[in-house]
Amino acid sequence: MTRKWWLSSWLQQLVFTGPATAAFAIIVLLPFFLGMYYAFTDWNGVADTASFVGFDNFKAAVQDEGFRNSFLFTAKLTAAAVILTNVLAFLLALLLTQPLRMRGALRTVFFLPNVIGGLLLGFIWQFIFVKGFAAIGTATNWHLFNLPWLGDESTSFWAIVIVSMWSGAGYLMVIYIAAMINVPKELNEAASIDGANALTRLRHITLPLVMPAITIGLFLSLSWSFKAFDVILSLTKGGPFNSTQSVALNIYAEAFQNNRYGLGTAKALIFFLVVAAITTVQVQLTKKREVQA
Amino acid sequence: MKTINRTLRARTWTLEGAAVLLALVFLVPFYFLLVNSVKPYADILLDAAALPKALNWHNYSKAFDVMNFPRAFRNSFVITVSSILGLTLFGSMAAYRMVRKPNLYNRILFAVFVAAMVIPFQSIMIPLMKVGSWFHLVNSIPGIWVCYIGFGSSLTIFLYHGFVKSIPLEIEEAAVVDGCSPYGVFWRIVFPLLKPMTMTIIILNSLWIWNDFLLPQLMLSRAGLRTIPLSTFSFFGQYTKQWDLALAGLVMGVLPIVLFFLFLQKHIIEGITAGSVKG
Repeated sequence: MTRKWWLSSWLQQLVFTGPATAAFAIIVLLPFFLGMYYAFTDWNGVADTASFVGFDNFKAAVQDEGFRNSFLFTAKLTAAAVILTNVLAFLLALLLTQPLRMRGALRTVFFLPNVIGGLLLGFIWQFIFVKGFAAIGTATNWHLFNLPWLGDESTSFWAIVIVSMWSGAGYLMVIYIAAMINVPKELNEAASIDGANALTRLRHITLPLVMPAITIGLFLSLSWSFKAFDVILSLTKGGPFNSTQSVALNIYAEAFQNNRYGLGTAKALIFFLVVAAITTVQVQLTKKREVQA
Repeated sequence: MKTINRTLRARTWTLEGAAVLLALVFLVPFYFLLVNSVKPYADILLDAAALPKALNWHNYSKAFDVMNFPRAFRNSFVITVSSILGLTLFGSMAAYRMVRKPNLYNRILFAVFVAAMVIPFQSIMIPLMKVGSWFHLVNSIPGIWVCYIGFGSSLTIFLYHGFVKSIPLEIEEAAVVDGCSPYGVFWRIVFPLLKPMTMTIIILNSLWIWNDFLLPQLMLSRAGLRTIPLSTFSFFGQYTKQWDLALAGLVMGVLPIVLFFLFLQKHIIEGITAGSVKG
């Protein structure tokens, strides 16, 4: 009896959790641990053998100027994109929680860019920056549109920020709208009777109460920008002169173009540690500031 | 009172105007994309902002053939739909078991699934190629299907886990008393109750898988298996700066997912709200 029960319990465990666990173990866990091993070898990706080289790959990664620059670029991009995308999303959400007639249609428009995947997004914007902006520049004579977008380092940087905002703001806006709708009306009405103006109410009522949504918004946009790959590949290919090469692109190039898989996995491990650390710290920090209504 | 009303109305109109203006700015890229996709190449060079003189559908038929659009669409469709079916089924089953049998093993398993959400794809893609060749997952649709189940299961299980907890146990107990097997309880009673979360999971995963580029780029090198992002990428490689064809190709590439969004937008926006309320 107990033996039969035990068997059927394990069969159930296997049927229910088996398929997901097996796929997850092969696709995520195995490569993850394998990567930790390869990072200490001179594996070239093709050979079956790889010899142990200790911390050489990590030393080489830290000394690699291209890798350091890619971190610097990714950090700058993340800072600019996270702040600007969240500010834009927050403003859009504020706007769309007002009693506007075209609220539904506006929400659709602002969200729409988000469904376009990174690769196609980059190609579309490549056209806008190269041909579209030039056409606007000719028509209006505004200096801003006559700049060599994608042609030099600083404009390429801002081009990527603009595309990130265009595609990410709508998604974050949806999250902010959901949070703002849940702010109790009575709080704003009471504060308004007490003479608080719109800005004071925003700062002391709305902002603290939507803090959980801001945590999510920061978390999401942080991870989008930090892992940026597709959109940069199709928009600038990391150029000009590798100035817009993100960490992800650098790792990809190291492994699949230079065929230095050992070095590539060492870089990937460093990348993982940084991403894990940043997200943990960021979630902890923002969580502290959340309040209950 | 009247003046207050009037200022209030003026304020709303100003806001409405500002919002519409912003929306137009958001739509400008779509304008450029659509308008230039039906122009001959010379007209694009002449003035990209102008409306087309005539509708030149030739761009579309050429891009359609070069990209082998029906094949790319079919590949994207098969991969996305089959992966979603797998993720929904396996993810909900695993999450259900983990909630209902919270023994040490299952608690550790759940913790590992959740912790793995911080692993960026790019940090494991290199050894994944090795694993892929060991298990014969490269250049095969079932192979990439296994990859999507593996990568998607963390978030899927995490979301289902939270939702299963809110389902009262009494319903299941009643079914067991009536002679329902554990599998029947899940399939006939629990799974239908998970429907709101299933919608969210379908939406989040379909946007991700349909638009994914890097994993298919690594796993599917054979031309016959190219998805829409892959065929767009190789199309651009061949026709660099041939904007007339490239834009038509882009419009076709973007169209399916845009239509999907426009038809299901209510569910999509709800799904995203529900899916993001975590942590």
